[in-house]
Amino acid sequence: MKLKWALLAMIFTVAAVLSGCEPLLVLDPKGPQAKVQADDIMLSIWIMSGIVIVVFAILVFVLVKYRASKQSADYEPPHIEGNMFVEAICIGVPIIIVIFLSVMSVKSNYEVEATPKGYEGQEPLVIYASSSNWKWHFSYPEEGIETVNYVNIPANRPLEFKLYSFGPITSFWIPQLGGQKYAMGDMVTTLHLAAYEPGELMGRNANFSGEGFAENTFDVEAMSQADFDKWVKEVHDTAKPLTEEKFNDLLEPGHLGRSTYTGTHLEFSPAPEHHHDSADSDKVSEEGNHHHESSDSLKEEDHSHHH
Amino acid sequence: MDFFDRFAVPHPSFLIYASMVAIGLTVIAVLVGITYFKKWDYLWREWLTTVDHKRIGIMYLISALLMLFRGGVDAIMLRAQLAIPDNKLLESQHYNEVFSTHGVVMILFMAMPFIMFFFNFVVPLQIGARDVAFPRLNAISFWLFFMGAMLFNISFVIGGSPDAGWTSYFPLAGNDFSTSVGSNYYMIAIQIAGIGTLMTGINFITTIFKMRAPGMKLMQMPMFTWSALISNLIIVFAFPVLTVLLAMGTMDRLFDTKFFAIGDGGSDMLWANLFWVWGHPEVYILILPAFGLFSEIISTFARRNLYGYKSMVASMVVISAFSFFVWAHHFFTMGQGALANSFFSITTMAIAVPTGVKIFNWLFTLWKGKIEFTTPMLYAMHFLPLFTLGGVTGVMLAMSAADYQYHNTMFLVAHFHNVIIPGVVYAMLGGLTYYWPKMFGFMLNERIGKWTVWLMSIGFVLAFIPMYITGLDGQARRMYTYSEATGFGPLNMVAFIGAGIMAISFALLVYNIYYSVRYSPRNIGNDPWNARTLEWATHTPVPEYNFAVMPQVKSTEAFWDAKKNGHEIFKGKIEKIHMPNSSGLPFIMSCIFFVFGFSMIFSIWPLAIISLLGILGCLVYRSFEKDHGHYIPVEEIEETETKLRGAK
Repeated sequence: MKLKWALLAMIFTVAAVLSGCEPLLVLDPKGPQAKVQADDIMLSIWIMSGIVIVVFAILVFVLVKYRASKQSADYEPPHIEGNMFVEAICIGVPIIIVIFLSVMSVKSNYEVEATPKGYEGQEPLVIYASSSNWKWHFSYPEEGIETVNYVNIPANRPLEFKLYSFGPITSFWIPQLGGQKYAMGDMVTTLHLAAYEPGELMGRNANFSGEGFAENTFDVEAMSQADFDKWVKEVHDTAKPLTEEKFNDLLEPGHLGRSTYTGTHLEFSPAPEHHHDSADSDKVSEEGNHHHESSDSLKEEDHSHHH
Repeated sequence: MDFFDRFAVPHPSFLIYASMVAIGLTVIAVLVGITYFKKWDYLWREWLTTVDHKRIGIMYLISALLMLFRGGVDAIMLRAQLAIPDNKLLESQHYNEVFSTHGVVMILFMAMPFIMFFFNFVVPLQIGARDVAFPRLNAISFWLFFMGAMLFNISFVIGGSPDAGWTSYFPLAGNDFSTSVGSNYYMIAIQIAGIGTLMTGINFITTIFKMRAPGMKLMQMPMFTWSALISNLIIVFAFPVLTVLLAMGTMDRLFDTKFFAIGDGGSDMLWANLFWVWGHPEVYILILPAFGLFSEIISTFARRNLYGYKSMVASMVVISAFSFFVWAHHFFTMGQGALANSFFSITTMAIAVPTGVKIFNWLFTLWKGKIEFTTPMLYAMHFLPLFTLGGVTGVMLAMSAADYQYHNTMFLVAHFHNVIIPGVVYAMLGGLTYYWPKMFGFMLNERIGKWTVWLMSIGFVLAFIPMYITGLDGQARRMYTYSEATGFGPLNMVAFIGAGIMAISFALLVYNIYYSVRYSPRNIGNDPWNARTLEWATHTPVPEYNFAVMPQVKSTEAFWDAKKNGHEIFKGKIEKIHMPNSSGLPFIMSCIFFVFGFSMIFSIWPLAIISLLGILGCLVYRSFEKDHGHYIPVEEIEETETKLRGAK
């Protein structure tokens, strides 16, 4: 019994330590997608707590009431096969909970796989984020610039990160803007994000990719559209162009600091895009998608010449 | 020198050299010890060549406990490295090798042989059989597993361990990014052990379908046997996928094929998919027998029949079917889109329903019972709340949109340890305590046993609950270090302390075995727990032939009926018993498999070809061998029976 209390005391200590700290990253969203996910997480925690409490309560009740030391020596437990009614409840209630959670889950799936709610009217900023051992390369094709290990984004505007990898599978993750998605060598995946307000955020590769994985992080800075435009202009004024030779140096395994270039590597080393990439999410999110698809498939034909 | 270079460890450190010396000394000590005590003949006759399911079971048990130790040492190293920010205990490459081997060892070389031990030791006794359907195949299964495990374990002193995680995703595990022979070990050692497992699956399905005692219908089998049947059915469906997957991986690594390559028609996503098509059913292969053991234990110590027998069976069948339709939940973040994710999200959550049914049935088994808190029961009672916690976090992970935030984080690590430790490990240790007297004729000490359980649970809570929190705070899994600024430090220290307490708990288990060997009373009879099923109806120690007279069964709890309702289990007189002969062939062939595996790993082709011919030679020899087994005469059986009855 003493141990039981010790255990409880420890759980409460952990809980107390927790509540004293800053909010956990994932539960402190700074963008609409992370908000959807944080809301789902909190809702499921409450529902699951209910289930846990019911199970614990029944367990404690039966353990206290039916322990051998509380019963007469000649008590003979009855033979009970099972009861249709009781078992129907034990199946029915979980099914209702699962149906509820399934609806929630499906709804959120379509939300996180589309342009964030409330941002549909705006033109998304497309950023190609590609990983190499153990760095992130961010290409802004429309702005014609490229950065390494940091990404500046306009706040209050939808973002489309196009992800792929020059090495092992990695996973692009900015916890406070939204959940992660894989970056792979043979296809491009799309992650839809947006930031509520200007601020500095942490981004990293979440998928183990070898020796330098732990330090495979990048800085994210959300800024106003005006500041963003100013930054783009500044880069064009000051940065050197990214040559193929320079880019190949950057791809060498290792860690690098931040750097900035004009032009993008997409011009001489295009992304492995296929027209079927994330087809289903695009269909939901955008009208006039067919136009996109056909242009992508044209691009793909182009790529096949490169090989 | 080029030839020998490949055997060098790529990232040597003091720890590795120390282990080399320790392994060398242990091997020498064992060999000298066996020679000194003149035990070679005994070892060969009674163990290496045995086809007796009980002895094979015990060998599985010893392997599992050794591997639990190995995997546990890995775990302590991992937690020690992460205990404080910017720790320099292990360097990155070493840490990566340690977590990769921790996963493989714990799942494939600890948990798998542990359930194999229960299949082997318990199933034939529970169904009233004299052995398994194919005793010699059973020996091959064990020795292939054993050689696979040994091959995997030498990797960290010869050539280097796998370093791409237990999931070994390509292209990371391919030649471009994994340059040591580590991933060759992964492909080939697991392949050899996996072939053994597949044979076990075939063997036990046949045994359970064809060798049940007269009168025992399928719906009268004890719950553990049911769980074993379903688990083995999953093995037979899932393991061929692993076999093919590893063969393709081997070819990619050794012969430069492009199955999982980027471009050239290969696909890295193919590995992830096939791996989990096997990998997800694999976790149910582990958890279902655990459920079976808990059913036996809870029913025995609640002194009641298992509540809802039919729904227990039905829920396992449903779980086994669903286990093949959820694999993509291991990579919701691969970009397959909202529709595919929705499908796998729903199927995954659906598994919570049959699992919930089982939890409630166990709770209702306790209801109106007469609960005795023995050590096995204590494991079960700690399992129920802790596993429920792990189960509901599983439902949380199944919500695919939210999973984008849990994926690859410590939250996930906390979840699967939260189901595997209270689920599988508690069942294994509780089951071990429960069946110990049947194996060895004395009980494990109850007082030490209960301390073990409590320490295990306290350690578990401290080690893994903090990970849920750091995961939500952005701590990715498999990071060998983190900076102080992240704030992960204090909770990781708590986790390290928890892991230390679990280690103490394991040490206590080992001490309990030592203590009980020395001091435990030996006159405990055949049925020390007052149990309900057939395995307790025969003598302790169990004679070679298990049952002198075939038992007659009329209900799910034949032995309980015999004790309470006067049902007569053993009718008829003793007749001569047909038993299989021992054979050295399984051991020899598996040794050649070891050599074959080793030469494949290091691309020593002449030796690979010679050993492959050796394996084929063994198979050909077996095909022409005339071995009809032998009969134990009636007089010998009667003599044994009299002696065992006297021993009570």
